[in-house]
Amino acid sequence: MTDIRWPHVLIGIALFALAAMVPLIADGYWMSIALTIAMFTVLSTSWAIFSGPTHYISLATAAFFGVGSYLVGTGMSDFEMPYWTMVAIAPVVGAILAFLIGLATLRLSGVYFVIFTLGLAEMIRNLVSWIQNNFTGSRGLYVLTELTEVDIYLYLLALAAAVFLFGWWVQRSRLGFAMRIIGNDETVAKHVGINTAFSKVLLFTVTGFVAALVGALIAPRYTYIEPNGVFSPELSFIVVIMALLGGTGRLWGPVVGVIPFALLQEYINANYSNYSTLVMGLAFLLIVYFLPNGVVGRLEQLMNRGKAS
Amino acid sequence: MSGGTRKVLSVQNVVKRFGGLTAVNNVSFEVSKGEVLGIIGPNGSGKTTMMNLISGALQLSGGQIAFQGQYLTKAGPDRINKLGISRTFQLVRILPSLSVLENCMAGMVFSQRRLWGSAATFEASQLLETVGLGDKIGSDVSSLTYIDQKRLELARALAARPQLLLLDEWLAGLNPTELQDGIELIQSLNADGTTIILVEHVMDAIRSLCDRCVVMAAGSKIAEGSPEEVLSDKEVIRVYLGDDI
Repeated sequence: MTDIRWPHVLIGIALFALAAMVPLIADGYWMSIALTIAMFTVLSTSWAIFSGPTHYISLATAAFFGVGSYLVGTGMSDFEMPYWTMVAIAPVVGAILAFLIGLATLRLSGVYFVIFTLGLAEMIRNLVSWIQNNFTGSRGLYVLTELTEVDIYLYLLALAAAVFLFGWWVQRSRLGFAMRIIGNDETVAKHVGINTAFSKVLLFTVTGFVAALVGALIAPRYTYIEPNGVFSPELSFIVVIMALLGGTGRLWGPVVGVIPFALLQEYINANYSNYSTLVMGLAFLLIVYFLPNGVVGRLEQLMNRGKAS
Repeated sequence: MSGGTRKVLSVQNVVKRFGGLTAVNNVSFEVSKGEVLGIIGPNGSGKTTMMNLISGALQLSGGQIAFQGQYLTKAGPDRINKLGISRTFQLVRILPSLSVLENCMAGMVFSQRRLWGSAATFEASQLLETVGLGDKIGSDVSSLTYIDQKRLELARALAARPQLLLLDEWLAGLNPTELQDGIELIQSLNADGTTIILVEHVMDAIRSLCDRCVVMAAGSKIAEGSPEEVLSDKEVIRVYLGDDI
């Protein structure tokens, strides 16, 4: 809808180029942090493409991510499938799962949607644990590949670029406009001719696809996969906190939250690992209370005030 | 199409129940092309429910509604909008985080017209001009006065270029000057050929706007005719003012 703002596009390309050069200078420790940042950049950005405009806060990210990682693990360990075959299958399964969750939650809004997605993700985690314990044997799933952290980092960076392009396209499309109207007033949205069910499920399915793909791509990093790890609800919460910290009003908002929060988390895990949950909860409270529109929203507010006065 | 005046809307023996309560009970009426039909009646008589049934916000419990010869059975509001029926809401519903222009565009992007891009922007600004918001295009939505919010909602409904426009107490809450402006605006829309159904309490507006009125009380249709006829009808006076008069 708006014209292409070339300075922004160039800055974006330059930042991606810089990010791609990180492996040239980073040692093992920083490479690992960069990988975490890349992973959460993709997850938070794609989460915000759906949840930002619609205000439907999904806590199902871990379900899709877990499905991606777990499929790679079980495919390679239990069925001797090649890694890349499983990487191709995982996002499709993630998308189907998101489609089904989307259909099931169509009539829910607000807090009911939040709780339903969280509960469903937990159910899937327990279901997969149960299947693994009772049927496929609890011998653990190994993901052994030749891939290094640098390889995975570059894959995720490419995926991040694809997600940004997709998000940019959505913002300029009818679909993105429909999402904003739905977020404002779903009744009006229906009465101006928007098929709200179709639009919401479509975009939610894409976020499921992306999260499962991230889970599949990053699986080799962990080598050993277990359901309670990859389906951890903590992941869903962190994705939301990071996106809200940065701000969901802009496509690049979530990244602004991902980088400092990932660094903070790393510092806390290294120094005060017993308190990580406490700090996360505290961060959640502070963000929602003081930065309801995120860092980016706050900055824009301050800039507008500067202009006005 | 069978001869004579073309029917735009045909409401046939419509029933709507909410649990044990019958909000609309066996109501029938028709609307011809280019006509302004008023639905009037005391509070709680089922007028807004009727509007919600036509616009698809509520599903029928019985009877049928046909729009331009096509039954609307089970069609949702988005589908009904695409067929050419637009509405405003009893309590004005503006999209607060969208600009004035976007609020108007929302009405045309997903309608049967599917206008998008610069064509939509251009036409939306023209439409805002038509409803008297020409100087408010750059304003913040939250700064609009009540009548301007109503104008904006009307612009959104008109953006779809509907064959039938539903106005649910669009004139309520306006001061006398605004009311006069509002009536003139609706008259000009009708002069351009838009068929309109309006739910209204303001008697001046009903007299000057409506070609015909349907009077509802307790869910049933109790009278139908020109404003003069129905407003002098004994039964209508009784339901409005009580038995003692």
